[in-house]
Amino acid sequence: MQLVLFWVFAVLMLLFGAAVVFLRNPVSNALSLVMSFVFLAALFVTLDAFFIGVVQVLVYAGAVMVLFLFIIMLLNLRSERPRPLNIGAWTGGGLVVFGFAGLLGNVLSSDLRFDIQKPLISTPQISDVAAVGVTLFRHFNLPFQIIGVLLLVATIGVVILSNKELK
Amino acid sequence: MTPTLGHYLAVSGLLFAIGLAGVILRRNILVIFMCLELMLNAANLSLVAFSRYNLTTAGLPNYNGQVLVFFVITVAAAEVAVGLAIIVALFRAKQTTHVEDLNSLKF
Repeated sequence: MQLVLFWVFAVLMLLFGAAVVFLRNPVSNALSLVMSFVFLAALFVTLDAFFIGVVQVLVYAGAVMVLFLFIIMLLNLRSERPRPLNIGAWTGGGLVVFGFAGLLGNVLSSDLRFDIQKPLISTPQISDVAAVGVTLFRHFNLPFQIIGVLLLVATIGVVILSNKELK
Repeated sequence: MTPTLGHYLAVSGLLFAIGLAGVILRRNILVIFMCLELMLNAANLSLVAFSRYNLTTAGLPNYNGQVLVFFVITVAAAEVAVGLAIIVALFRAKQTTHVEDLNSLKF
């Protein structure tokens, strides 16, 4: 049952991911990416990472992709008109991608430690969200505050960048 | 039957390869940016898989990996905001999002 669900989510996620690369209309690209993220969130849930799955849907499929769609519609982008293929770029890119995929298959089949079944987790005392929160605030408090400063810097940067008289 | 760690890592690697193909082959800067997001998410999937398959001594998932995913999502959100602002500024100046038309800095 778990294996069936895993394959359903994984295949759908990869199909929508491929659609991002192969469709021509930017709006279809963005909507395929949303679906890909939703199925990725489902994969996170099969890994018992409920908090990360919810954050994936809220932040990525919600906020980030709305920003993308907003910009696509603001710029009023049309479907790309076909251009002559750059043969060098396509062969080079294909070589890099297939080389990477081949290397990955090679590495994953080389070691039996990648073949372990999913170990059973003991019944947790606290919920998944609470456990992530405890780890975040107890062991990663300084990085958490630094990331807050990073978000502030990004916000100010966006405001300055969208200023019309950019000098 | 449950999926093994290798299953998750293979799916994560394939997602990364799809994103990499998009970054290399597509010419629309917005689509390149979306494919970058795909690659970040592939890394997230392998992090969560490692966290689930390497239990702590208490028999719970290793939450350090999930906290790292949380940080990656935060940085990606900041990156998307700044990147899209740059793309809008670029579009105002050049009226295009096609990377082959943006060659002012090309030697």
